Amino acid sequence: MAGIAEVLGVAEAFAEVERRAIPKVPTLRGKVIATLFFEESTRTRLSFETAAKRLSADVLSLAVATSAVKKGESLRDTVETVEALGIDALIIRHASSGAPLQVARWAKRARVVNAGDGWHEHPTQALVDCFTIRQVIAERTGVDPASLGVSCFAGLRILLVGDIAHSRVARSAVLAYAALGAEVTVVGPSSLLPPGIERWAVRVGTDLDAELARADVVSLLRLQSERGSGEFVPTLREYTARFGLTAARAERLAPHTIVTHPGPMVRGVEIASDVAELPNSVITRQVTNGVAVRMATLFLLLGAEGSAELAAGRG
Amino acid sequence: MAERERSHTRPLGGRFVPHSQVLTAADVQRALTRMAHEVAERNGGLEDVVLVGLQTGGVDLANRMAKVLRDTEGEEVMVGTLDVAFYRDDIGLRPVLPEAATVIPTDLTGLVVVLVDDVLFTGRTVRAALNALADYGRARSVQLAVMVDRGHRELPIRPDYVGKNLPTRRDEMVDVTEDGVAIGTLEDR
Repeated sequence: MAGIAEVLGVAEAFAEVERRAIPKVPTLRGKVIATLFFEESTRTRLSFETAAKRLSADVLSLAVATSAVKKGESLRDTVETVEALGIDALIIRHASSGAPLQVARWAKRARVVNAGDGWHEHPTQALVDCFTIRQVIAERTGVDPASLGVSCFAGLRILLVGDIAHSRVARSAVLAYAALGAEVTVVGPSSLLPPGIERWAVRVGTDLDAELARADVVSLLRLQSERGSGEFVPTLREYTARFGLTAARAERLAPHTIVTHPGPMVRGVEIASDVAELPNSVITRQVTNGVAVRMATLFLLLGAEGSAELAAGRG
Repeated sequence: MAERERSHTRPLGGRFVPHSQVLTAADVQRALTRMAHEVAERNGGLEDVVLVGLQTGGVDLANRMAKVLRDTEGEEVMVGTLDVAFYRDDIGLRPVLPEAATVIPTDLTGLVVVLVDDVLFTGRTVRAALNALADYGRARSVQLAVMVDRGHRELPIRPDYVGKNLPTRRDEMVDVTEDGVAIGTLEDR
């Protein structure tokens, strides 16, 4: 499997492709990629489909609401159908944690990409966040992002704020940041911290204002009302007062502190509307970078693989 | 991508064992100087000329040719770099990864592009480079400069400027470094 550093490096090459007048390469010509989203999504789905098209792959997107899933077809049968059509890669989002892993076990030839499963993981989003943070650091120091490798993450103080319990982005991000040597802190209402958080590679903070003052990166997470997060806090206003990045809090941030948000934002709850537009905020840039990082993901899965005998010799 | 890098690409990586030195560092410099002059001569000067070094073996050579032209013609020639990984025809057959950055300094429409690489072998890298260049504009013409032409072409591609024609066996390897050009073989690590 490709490491984080390798994905970021390849994504940098695709970011160059995106800056061209014709941002399209023939790399995955003839490959068919299907997106199966059993949960709603705007940016992840668009970003994966844009990435696949820029690689010249053919993209099918299964609209679950109008598919045979509504007639009661099981996930397994849906996957078998898709595989029988000779599809090379499946990009899956599902409300059940572990669904993409299960699909990967069923799939005989198709590669499977997890585009978010339940409360579990959202790995490409974590990669996008790593890529964006490195890009900003590289710009500020005036160097080429690729030359930084992943050393810029060592000792970087990253703060995750909000609904940690229901956040698949948080789980993937913590794994990635910790693997790269960053110091990760989480702050949120105790009712929205997951059981077993003491086993995560994070420090649990309590005072948001103290933590904001020392953070290099602040990652805000959405209160996931569709997963019932609203039940875990007394009122939204109280949540915003204690855990939201309000305009007053944003003013006290260190000038170098980067603010990220995986989207979709609920303006006025976890982030004040004006704050989302601050120069420190890289939220739009995260969306832009999503395409290059997902191009790298698809390329590494479908393009960079060797033939069977070469792969066998890889050891 | 130069033959040297391709052969070092995972998982086929190996150790290059030189058998004979073909060109010294001074020979390479003389050949580069001659090719640079040929570029200027053939194009009636350097206006509209862009040197594009193929990653990674051609990049240093392209920069050195530009320096020769700066020193002798007194003209600054544009230099770019190109990685062709995304245009290769062996994607899926073997591991392909981009090696280094692509930097094309300008829209190529109407310009003369001189592709620079260290070794010309099957011609497949150059074929990929031609496709890649097309995405940066419609060049007026594309020319090819290589330090070593070792034969064994698999496509109808020929160089315009050659440092040295070097007959080789297919299983041999040609290594172009700062110290010159050597023929050898690739051994297991």
